[in-house]
Formats: sequence, structure tokens, C-alpha cells
Amino acid sequence: MFDDFFIRALFVGIGMALVTGPLGCFVVWRRLSFFGDTLAHSALLGITIAYTMEINIALSVFIISSIVALILLKLEKTTSLPTDALLGLLAHSSLAVGLVVIGLIATIRFDLMGLLFGDILAVNVNDIIIVWFGGALILLVLKLIYKPLFASTVNYELAEAEGMKPEKVKAIFTLLLAAIIAISIKMVGLLLITGMLILPAAIARNISSNPKGMVIYSVIAGLMSVLIGLFSSLEINTPSGPSIITAGLILFVLSLIKIKRSSQLKS
Amino acid sequence: MESSDNLLVKMENAGVYVNNKWLVKDVSLEIEKGKIITLIGPNGSGKTTTAKMALGLYKNISGKVEKFTKKIAYVPQKISIDWTLPIRVFDFMNLTSDLQDMEINEALEITGAKHLLNNDLKSLSGGEFQRVLMARAVAKKPDLLVLDEPVQGVDFTGEIELYELIKKISETLKCGILLISHNLHVVMSKTDHVVCLNGHVCCSGTPISVANNKKYQELFGENVSKILSIYEHKHDHKHGVDGSVEEN
Repeated sequence: MFDDFFIRALFVGIGMALVTGPLGCFVVWRRLSFFGDTLAHSALLGITIAYTMEINIALSVFIISSIVALILLKLEKTTSLPTDALLGLLAHSSLAVGLVVIGLIATIRFDLMGLLFGDILAVNVNDIIIVWFGGALILLVLKLIYKPLFASTVNYELAEAEGMKPEKVKAIFTLLLAAIIAISIKMVGLLLITGMLILPAAIARNISSNPKGMVIYSVIAGLMSVLIGLFSSLEINTPSGPSIITAGLILFVLSLIKIKRSSQLKS
Repeated sequence: MESSDNLLVKMENAGVYVNNKWLVKDVSLEIEKGKIITLIGPNGSGKTTTAKMALGLYKNISGKVEKFTKKIAYVPQKISIDWTLPIRVFDFMNLTSDLQDMEINEALEITGAKHLLNNDLKSLSGGEFQRVLMARAVAKKPDLLVLDEPVQGVDFTGEIELYELIKKISETLKCGILLISHNLHVVMSKTDHVVCLNGHVCCSGTPISVANNKKYQELFGENVSKILSIYEHKHDHKHGVDGSVEEN
């Protein structure tokens, strides 16, 4: 069944969309879009290390992204710099360090374009297993922390006062973000992974009136982006990762029509 | 001294020191089941800080705060809902607990917000939102209820209703209530204990004893303090639009 490269790509894409949908909602709610970007940038360093030390890319990226995320949490507490400045600092410096390390290791030449934009058509059965098992694990943990995470997203102090441990769930959520980036970097690349997190959730926001509804719509929007993107990339021979994101963008534009309609209804 | 079973929170010389300045210091108070404690004081006197200390929201405090319950409901002073969150009143009611639909309806009914159940949270007016916040706290059936200026944005008839409601909650749930009020003249006769703050505990005791306390009168001026005592003894006045009390 997995002989065909296109079938493999579909499986990986669908697996990813199932996970990025719910995670993406929290990324949008908690205003973490740029944070996802920072983790994705730091992933380059992870990939470089994976190549030099010959370890699994997903594992290496997860470790490096988690370290960067923890550094951020620490810096947020100890410096008086605003979070966006810290994010910018970490994003660009980890990207730079990644590139410097690539330059140092002259023996390895790898496809930088492939890293930036991924290649979902080149995935193997191993990748499918990583995405589906890793994804299932991420969703399970997210389900477990959903209530406290949502409560602290709505109001941090309220959640803490009523015994929900917001700091702990924030750290766990950060690790989940690092994990989804780690398992999907090879497929969509580090420039597009945040797109997969944000676009479906943004589409869902336009058409939903409650949090659970938004999570469900977000998954549907992600699945549609993957299907439309992959099939059109096959038909008109465009790069797959960017096609998925472009499909998402088109869906987003369509979802704006719904907003316009409902605001007209109100007035 | 009552049996310690009733004790919910015990603060001993508690204080918060941030950025080279005391937000509040040397606060000692006890919150017990079935009792209402009211914090009053001017802006910046540390009322909210004190409430947050009681809730355990500060990591580094001086002195000691002990909590003896985990069933806590908190009505914060302000809460802003981000537009990125599509959230209805119904979802908000279940924010930190899993309630039955019946419990949600009952609580909203009590605070007069039942018709808002399916409304978008960000479409509510200030007063409506305050009622929903109260309903959420009531529905949790807490041991300890912390209310930070719960009548903000509520019109006057609503305000009296809400104070009546607070009294009713304390009687039916037998919970301890820590109430912050900036409306000095409506510090209820129902309050068991008033703590007047001004960076530290300025004075405390029954509402009447605080009203007659010299330090309290110095802090707020004699006229204001008279109004407090008037509210205690006579109920033959009206409230003006601006919140002042008019004699008949």
C-alpha cells in the first residue's frame, strides 16, 4: 500500500493535519505564532547536529527545539526584554548558529532548499510511523492538559487561583510544539511548518463560535489543505509543501466570506 | 477562637516586595467558613495584592500564608477576553470545572444572567460580564470565594441585588468570602469583619468599629466615614447616579 510515493505523502500529510489542527488553535489563542517560527528556525541547528552525529533527525530537532524553548521561558523570567524581542533574538541567532555549523562541516553537503521547504514526496515508511505514533502521543498529552491549558489561556490568574497549575501546562505545551516541529520538519520544512500550525486555526476561527468547534474546523481545514495541495501539486507539478500552504491560504480567503455574511446578518 | 476546622486561610504578617517597593506589608487575617471579610482602602492600598496573596498567586512573599482548602473560586477585578478566542458564556462557566447543565443554569439564574447562556463572551456588557463571573464562581460551590470588586459596572439596583446575593451565597454554601470593595458606603452591614488597608493594615474589626476608628477617619475623611455609619444604621436614603448617598 505504501509503495507509491504519493500515497506515502498523503498518509504523512493527513497525520500531520490531525495534529497541527488542535495544536494550532492554541498557538493562535496564546499568540504564539512567532514562537512556532522561532522553534522552527532553531530546528536547522538540530538537523545539522543530526547529520554530524548521525542520529535521528526528529529526535535531534526535538531536543534542540526544547532547549531553545526552555531558554526562552528562563529568559522571560530573568530579563526585562519583551517576549517578541527575545523570540527574535533566539530565532535569528539559532538560525545563524545552524548555518555556521553547516559551514564548518565541509564534509557534509545537504540540500538547503529541502530543509527550508521540506519534501513530503520523499518520505519513507519510517517517516509515516514517526508522524502517526508521535502525533498520537502529542494528541494524547494535549487531551490530558486541555482543560488547564485552555483555562490559563483565557485567564492565567483565574486558572492559577483555582488550582490549575498554568506554568506546568505551559511548559508541557511548549514541548508539544517542539515535538510537532520535530516530526514534521522533513515534510514541510522549517519555513512552512508554522503555516501548517496557523492557517488551519485561522480558517477555523473565521467560521466557529466556540472553542471545541474551532478545534474541529481546524482539523478539517488542515485535512482539506493537505488533500487539495497534494493533488494539485501532482496535477500541475508544483512543489508539494508550498502547494499545501497555498491551498490553506485559498481556504482562508474563502472563510472570510463567511465572516462578512455573519457580520451583515448582525447589522 | 473557633475550631480550626473552619479556618480556610491564615495570613501572618504577609507582604509583597517588588521592584524595591512594598505593594503591601504586614497583613494578618483569617478567613473562616461562613464568614465575610471585606477589604477596603484607597486605590493602590494593596487590596488586590492581599487577595492574590490569599489565593497563592505570588511566589515570593514575606510572612506566611496558609491555605486549608483547594475548592476556591475567584472573581478577578478585570478580565479581558482575547478576540482570537471564540468562547460562549456556556464554555466559560465550565472553565475550571465540569458542571452539569442544570448547575450552570441554576447559577446563571441566581445572578440574573440565564438569558446569556449562549452569548459570545466578548459581546457582553460590563455588568452582564460581572454577573457571569459571579455565576461561574457560585456554580463551583467553593469553600473559599474571593471577590475583587464584584459590582463593577453593575447598575445600582443590580449592585444591591448582588450584595444580597453574596450574603445568600455565604449562608447557603457556608463558604468563606473575601470581598474587595471600593464603594465604602456600601460596605455591607452583612460583613463580619472589615480590614482597612493602606499599604498595611490600617485598622480592622466589625464595620462599626472600623467606621469609628480614628485612623480610618483620617484616611478617608470624616464625611465619608460618616456615610459608612449612616449605611449601617439607617436605610432611608437613596443612591445618587454617581454613587453618592442622598439623605431623604
